[in-house]
Amino acid sequence: MFAYAVRRILQFIPTIVIISIIMFILLNVLPGDAIIMSGNMRRQLDETAAQALRKELGLDQPLHIRYYTYIKGLVRGDLGKSFLRQESVNKAVAPRLWPTLKLAILAMAIAVGVGIPLGFVSALKQGTWMDTASMVGAVSGISVPQFWLGLLLMYLFAVMLRWLPPQGYGEGSFIHLIMPAFTLGVGYMALLARTTRAAVVEVLTQDYIRTARAKGLSELKVNKKHVFRNTMILVLTTAGLQFGSLIGQTVIVEKLFSWPGIGSLLVDSIFQRDIPVTQGCVLIIILVFLVVNLVVDLLYAVIDPRIEYK
Amino acid sequence: MSDTIKKLKRQPSLLVGGLITLLVIIMALFAGVLSPYHPTDDADLMNSEEPPQARFLFGTDEQGRDILSRVIHGSKISLSVGLVSQAMNTAIGIILGLTAGFFGKWWDDVVMGLTNIMLSIPSMIFALAVMALLGPGLINVFIALGLTNWSYTCRITRSQVLSARSLDYVKAARALGYGRIRIMFTQILPNIVGPILVIGTLGVAWAILLEASLSFLGLGTQPPTPSWGGMLAMAREQMFTAPWICIFPGLAIFITVLGLNLLGDGLRDILDPHTTRLGK
Repeated sequence: MFAYAVRRILQFIPTIVIISIIMFILLNVLPGDAIIMSGNMRRQLDETAAQALRKELGLDQPLHIRYYTYIKGLVRGDLGKSFLRQESVNKAVAPRLWPTLKLAILAMAIAVGVGIPLGFVSALKQGTWMDTASMVGAVSGISVPQFWLGLLLMYLFAVMLRWLPPQGYGEGSFIHLIMPAFTLGVGYMALLARTTRAAVVEVLTQDYIRTARAKGLSELKVNKKHVFRNTMILVLTTAGLQFGSLIGQTVIVEKLFSWPGIGSLLVDSIFQRDIPVTQGCVLIIILVFLVVNLVVDLLYAVIDPRIEYK
Repeated sequence: MSDTIKKLKRQPSLLVGGLITLLVIIMALFAGVLSPYHPTDDADLMNSEEPPQARFLFGTDEQGRDILSRVIHGSKISLSVGLVSQAMNTAIGIILGLTAGFFGKWWDDVVMGLTNIMLSIPSMIFALAVMALLGPGLINVFIALGLTNWSYTCRITRSQVLSARSLDYVKAARALGYGRIRIMFTQILPNIVGPILVIGTLGVAWAILLEASLSFLGLGTQPPTPSWGGMLAMAREQMFTAPWICIFPGLAIFITVLGLNLLGDGLRDILDPHTTRLGK
């Protein structure tokens, strides 16, 4: 188990290195001039100033040297220097981290708290109106554009009922968090409900369930001891991958609710063509996703003792 | 005939999803005939922000354009983005999966490595990074989405090739002197049509959602071209004075995507009941 954990953590490193290369190439293939000109259009640079800026930002170097400088910084946890702001990318990104994490954690809590029980009930009451209703709800949940759902909620709770603030961070008050977190959680909730239902249906057909029933265990005990645990193993694996949809959607939800997180910074930096900031945001979001999947894999090893991890 | 109807009745999601999809396709094909006004040219500030009424069934926007006509025309953008980008994804996935499975060795490692990397980048974030490189615009959305969602197709194709290679009919085809290319097309591809159709249908739904999201952010379709996501971007500002602007374009996205997802679910149930549910 310990060796497995260490190996899994070591696998993490090449993945993030390759992703950093892909993202670096993707965002930097444009020649330096294109980047600098579009990024600083409003500053109206003359030729000597442009030359100086190019040198200052290291854009006069060839691509592989720039990558080397970049990765050297990255190892020390330095994401580079912003093109537009007079500050490092770290400084721009740092205050955005907690708002995004807060939003994602609450959204995930809502999704897990509602989605998984819903999937269970659906599967245990297969074919009843409850099953049909939750599954229609779930397919609607994965089909609804979240920014539209957010707009409707905004109209209902902020404009008509005036119960919740329409947008903004509000110095971190909980009341500002409710609508964005719910909006963000809905899609993942629906995915989890569908995954859980499918997993329970599959587990219920297994021989060990029939054995458990045959040996006289109560239905409650069968569900608790056999169905739940085996289902969670199946749900966890897909839930980790599907977490990508939630973390990707933070971009939209943050933009909609003017939430000062990584996602809205990412969109702003794309419009400003501030490549180092875009790159920093992308890397951090992917890192969060990878860490979640790492944790899921480790959890998987804990709850599934059947598998030997050599 | 009555047999088919009976079968369809047992597959409500296939039936409902198929009908919705058909309606959206008709809407896109006959947009010019169906819409009462021109989506961009019939702007009249005298009619700005009219609520839904007999003359404008869905109301008008801040420039006095008929929202119904814009929603109808928006289906062309959504469907073409969905179909074209998913076609790109399918092509990339099949080509990479087939060659990886057939040629194996280092090429297989490269393709599988690439697939795993793609799966470890949230698709929305990858699409945004490509948009950051290419800049805003509809054509760039086609490209960004067409490069993002091929990993499932690639995996399924590859595993099908690997399992088919040891099957008797493929061995027989080999013994008969069929070349690799011929085996690919005659023995392997027909077997993966089912799963690829399912992934493709869900992929079109996914691409439509993502295009709407990108246009909502201002990165996708640029005004005045009517796109559902773009129309909603404007709606937030007008929410207090004209809330109907934000209802109908969103409803159009929702129903279209719901239809495709239902169709995909239904197809999966009849074509390959054993595929695990996927979603990213």
